[in-house]
Amino acid sequence: MTMPHVMQDFLRALRAADVRVSPAEAIDAARAAAVVGYADRQLFKDALCVTLAKSEAETERFDEVFETFFARERLRAAPGSAEAPGPAEPRGEGSGSDLADLLLSGDAGGIAQALEAAAQRAGVAEIRLFTQRARLARKTLDEMGLAEVEAIIAAARKPGGDAALGQRLDAARRALAAQARRYVERQFQLYAAGSGQVLREEALAQRALNLGAGIEPHEFALMQQLVKKMARKLAERYSRRRKKAQRGHLDVRRTLRRSLPYGGVPFDIVWKSKKVAKPSIVAICDVSRSVAAAAQFLLTFLYSLNEVVDRLDSFAFSSRLISVGDILDEHGIEHAIAQVLTQIGFRSTDYGKALEDFCDQHLDRLDRHTTVIILGDGRTNFQDPRMDLMRLIQARARAVIWLNPEPEGFWGQGDSEMDRYARFCHVAKECGSIAELERVIEDVLRTYVPN
Amino acid sequence: MSGPLASVEALIAGLAGVGYIASRRIATALYMAINLQKPILVEGSAGVGKTELGLSTAAMLGQPLIRMQCYEGLDESKALYEWKYGKQLLYTQILKDRMGETLKDAPDMDAAMERLHGMGDLFFSEPFLEPRPLMKALREDDGCVLLIDEVDKSDEAFEAFLLEVLSAYQVSIPELGVVKAKTPPLVFLTSNNVRDLGDALKRRCLHLHIPLPEAKLEERIVASRVPEIEARLTHALVAFIQSLRTLDLRKPPSISETVDWARALVLLGADSLEPSLVRDTLNVILKFEQDIEAVEPQVVELIRRR
Repeated sequence: MTMPHVMQDFLRALRAADVRVSPAEAIDAARAAAVVGYADRQLFKDALCVTLAKSEAETERFDEVFETFFARERLRAAPGSAEAPGPAEPRGEGSGSDLADLLLSGDAGGIAQALEAAAQRAGVAEIRLFTQRARLARKTLDEMGLAEVEAIIAAARKPGGDAALGQRLDAARRALAAQARRYVERQFQLYAAGSGQVLREEALAQRALNLGAGIEPHEFALMQQLVKKMARKLAERYSRRRKKAQRGHLDVRRTLRRSLPYGGVPFDIVWKSKKVAKPSIVAICDVSRSVAAAAQFLLTFLYSLNEVVDRLDSFAFSSRLISVGDILDEHGIEHAIAQVLTQIGFRSTDYGKALEDFCDQHLDRLDRHTTVIILGDGRTNFQDPRMDLMRLIQARARAVIWLNPEPEGFWGQGDSEMDRYARFCHVAKECGSIAELERVIEDVLRTYVPN
Repeated sequence: MSGPLASVEALIAGLAGVGYIASRRIATALYMAINLQKPILVEGSAGVGKTELGLSTAAMLGQPLIRMQCYEGLDESKALYEWKYGKQLLYTQILKDRMGETLKDAPDMDAAMERLHGMGDLFFSEPFLEPRPLMKALREDDGCVLLIDEVDKSDEAFEAFLLEVLSAYQVSIPELGVVKAKTPPLVFLTSNNVRDLGDALKRRCLHLHIPLPEAKLEERIVASRVPEIEARLTHALVAFIQSLRTLDLRKPPSISETVDWARALVLLGADSLEPSLVRDTLNVILKFEQDIEAVEPQVVELIRRR
């Protein structure tokens, strides 16, 4: 394999490990390699690191990938090589197979090279799935010409054959097979282990958001991470622009100020610019059994957004409504919901009562900048839904968004008052998975930030 | 190339000569920056020697250092250039007086305009240009070190504007055209991660993250910065700081705090770490009341731990 090719594979491995490498950086890396050469491993590594890894986390991942990728196996001399004094000498007529000659010669470097070349022909670097490893290892060996070696071994085992040669070749063959397996394993670690994570995350994002049916307990931590990651992405996107020039309104005061250096001639015209407000959000979450998991993710999501959200108040209710802010401060987001549940959870939900509590105690949190996000299934257990209070909230808030984990087809059936509540919401959406959750929150942010 | 730029080892030695003890990765980054003519983005927590790296490099190369401190609201008129308004105003007044004379004998309007065009437009020209740090750095013909400090504190708009400067070492001035550096300056950008920098900026830079140093390296740094200190005290002090960093502190002490503390101890004439002395000087290495409160009861144990 030539060096540029190795570099290409290395970049691919980096990308698989979630280090972003653009073509421009690839060119830089090639130039860097040309400057420092390949002789000094540490120098080579550092040089590539400064050109390719662009953050602390990426530096760590770079180091890992580099060590795995450039970990050439320290090859043991093939068995039997000790007694064979010279590589060309032992079989004068040649065994009829390049690979057999190579194995018998015990040339570790040559074997490694042949293995890599064969692996490239077999497409090992394209490995995607765990289950492909055995097949690819076999294919690599075939590409190396193992069939010929096996034929020689078989011939040697027959009566009258060269038994010693057969044994030596057999041992060498086994060593080679193990080496090929290890090689493929390493390729899998390099190129595919990361993509497995990506696939799993994609699947999780689509998973239904309720305990028992959708999320397994062991997936919970991963899910939590995923939510944070998504929130971070959103925060990055929307933390950027906070000012919007508004052409058409002259800023007289600043224009006059700027005209001073020109002797009062207004050279520089300054237009008024408008600061884009960050949204402030009030979240009201139903924590009855069917919705509790969704509530946790919604809260995680919202609290991970603190860079782009001005103010966030959150409340939880089942039969009564309490403020979650203090509990969150004290216990952190992971344990907060459990804490809330022990206080008020798992009772029959009473939306009317919850709305009443909210309007009595916390109505002053709402102003025309506030977006209210309500998460719940809208099932009132046939209590008074208090539509009047819902109307009041709608009138005071900038927008009311209702997220319902139930499919839209069930709204209004049985004790669900969802279709009536939906009338007082600017947006009422089904929110059955994290992916949908992300979409709704993004809508909230987008209406505040012009793009 | 010869001298300190010949190899990574020579760079380490050269930096040590001006009192900066560099790890191999730092020196390699610098070596690459010089050879690839790319800016370096230096990240790391406060006080690990990001700015110092720029200063020391300038001292080592014997080139002038041009430093630009970034802050919110920094714009191109403060970073790149400004017109000398006062002079321009005077110029227009002189122009007005002279204009009458020159145009007096023009037969008609067209001829007057013709003559006006012929006079040359000096209003926006080099003599009226007031260069700011970036422009100065581009116009240093023998090269210089440009240190753009705390770039993460500037606005995104400014970051976008830096892109042209950093990739092509040139700036476009609408009235004049393109100003290009004869010798590209060596550029350091430092960042404390107040906010994430844009990908476009990161892509144009080499990236160097300076971590908190290992004990050995830190001892060498202290020895080089505070030569009067005894080796035994250095060892004890660095070990103490290293164990502080393993605690869960709001702001773990970084290199500059270690060096300050070493200076303080030398000043107090200490020859070993006494618990009472450490307690009295904790405020040199810990910058938050809560941190001091958390560490104070553990001082004796921490000193013994090493």
